[in-house]
Amino acid sequence: MKLGQGLKMALKSIMANKMRSFLTMLGIIIGVSSVIVLVGIGQGASSRIEEQVRALGTNLLTVNILGRGDTSTLSYEQAVAFADIEGVEYAAPYNSNSATVKYGTNDVTVNVVGTNADYFYLRGYGLAAGRFVAQIDLDFRQKIAVLGAATAEELFGFANPVGEYVKINGTRFKVVGLLAEKGSSAFGSYDEIVIIPLTTAERTFRSRGVRSIYIQAASVDRLDAIQEEAEARLAEMFRGQENAYRVFNQEDMLETASSISDTLSLALGGIAGISLLVGGIGIMNIMLVSVTERTREIGIRKAVGAKKRDILIQFLIEAVTISALGGLLGLGLGFAGGWAVSSLLRIDVVHSGDMIALALGFSVLIGVAFGIYPANKAAKLKPVDALRFE
Amino acid sequence: MDVRRDEPLIRVEAVTKEYVMGGEVLRALNGVSLTVGYGEFVAIIGPSGSGKSTLMNILGCLDTPTSGKYWLEGVEVNRLRDSRLAEIRNRKIGFIFQNFNLLPKLTALENVELPLIYRGMRSAERRERAVEALRKVGLGDRMRHRPPELSGGQQQRVAIARALAGDPPILLGDEPTGALDTKTGREVLRLLQDLNREGRTIILITHDMDVARQAKRIVRIVDGVLHEGDGAA
Repeated sequence: MKLGQGLKMALKSIMANKMRSFLTMLGIIIGVSSVIVLVGIGQGASSRIEEQVRALGTNLLTVNILGRGDTSTLSYEQAVAFADIEGVEYAAPYNSNSATVKYGTNDVTVNVVGTNADYFYLRGYGLAAGRFVAQIDLDFRQKIAVLGAATAEELFGFANPVGEYVKINGTRFKVVGLLAEKGSSAFGSYDEIVIIPLTTAERTFRSRGVRSIYIQAASVDRLDAIQEEAEARLAEMFRGQENAYRVFNQEDMLETASSISDTLSLALGGIAGISLLVGGIGIMNIMLVSVTERTREIGIRKAVGAKKRDILIQFLIEAVTISALGGLLGLGLGFAGGWAVSSLLRIDVVHSGDMIALALGFSVLIGVAFGIYPANKAAKLKPVDALRFE
Repeated sequence: MDVRRDEPLIRVEAVTKEYVMGGEVLRALNGVSLTVGYGEFVAIIGPSGSGKSTLMNILGCLDTPTSGKYWLEGVEVNRLRDSRLAEIRNRKIGFIFQNFNLLPKLTALENVELPLIYRGMRSAERRERAVEALRKVGLGDRMRHRPPELSGGQQQRVAIARALAGDPPILLGDEPTGALDTKTGREVLRLLQDLNREGRTIILITHDMDVARQAKRIVRIVDGVLHEGDGAA
């Protein structure tokens, strides 16, 4: 008997019991669609996080000074010295304080960042008006500020803030620049920010020293060497107290983020996979009932010359067709569900080809795994016994 | 499968068949020997429980004997594997059952095609031969009907067409008229006689003497033992 003939027979018998076939498929449909939706959500979250981390630049190093004893920070001079390491393009010291910024009767609580000119390039900001913090501002501890787009809008509405004065914790600062809008990431908004010279920030917030430094390599290849050199310098500064500082690169962050979301995907997929398994047991159940019901049919087929293998293939194809058809319907339902989830809850749902192939392949596999026992039971029937069955 | 014409079509020697039922051994056939040549029309007659159905199952390769030997066209079939027996049923034997044994969800044409499907025949040739077989039994206009839409006599003729479609050397009938009224039963028997006249070997199993008399040769079976001729055992 040929395979095409077997498929025809299977479809005929599936169509003969439409309701039963559909209910049997339902387990697989629900299983596959939940795998598609849940893993889609997991992968959506993962690709979003990855995208955001990448947007920060993969050739970025972050040095955090945690402090130890009396030397809890680096001086500004020590911090900018990292720019001398070969291959470093930008090095921006970074101190951030939450402060109240006031303009007229409007006030807003926002992160006030003390840094240098490199920060602008390192973060990839653009200017909407005016200029950014310059080295000369740091040298003379100028009381100037650059506003983020969202902060500026809150304080000034749509008026141009450049040339106006704001009060940061009561000190007057001249606004010299307005940043272009940049959006937000998992790490907060880029636009709710006020940037002032680092040296001015030390004085305004009465905190000497630098607690973070961002270092950007000219190319990713140099990153490891730069990290080594930076760590060596820090070890010297803190006399080998390794807990006093931490250097990590974006690659590390990316790995952490993606391992979290991979675990999430796996857990979601696993839960959905269990329902696929339950669907498979449903198929086995129905196939066993079907074999008993059709004992006489099996006897007749054997009497006219069907071999064990022919009967086995017939019932196996039937089981696989039910599960594969269920898988396809589940795929459709999964796409529809994913689309509904992403448009209703406004989260990313990403379907990967791997996942689709895996879900379909798994549903076919389930048809084989749970179909083989009933099919074998049918094939093993002796023709005399099967014909005598009422 | 080599066919040796010098051998008889069927040769059965000292065949016994035992069943174990509730711990007791039941001997349904007790040393049965039988030879059937090409072109014969044999009726095997016996009361119920005589072992005639058991003999028919063994002749039809649906069952295997406990002991004894059975040659079909010179091939010793009692030693063959299941898959070879299936092949023999497919190519050498056409069954006609008392209760027709048609698949109710298939049309008459599809039922007749069934043995040819398992032979692996291409669908065009299959269809052609099935149509021809149905015409032969006078059902050329009922090919798209399903068995429940046909009368008993028509269903039995579909079954005969199915048996004929594969062009086997033997037609094996197990009470083929048992479920039919006298008139249609007679029609079915006439059809079988016609087929015998065309050279087909027919073996009929029945408990009805009137049916058995339509055959050329009568064999009587009582309590698992075979007696040649229609005289009282």
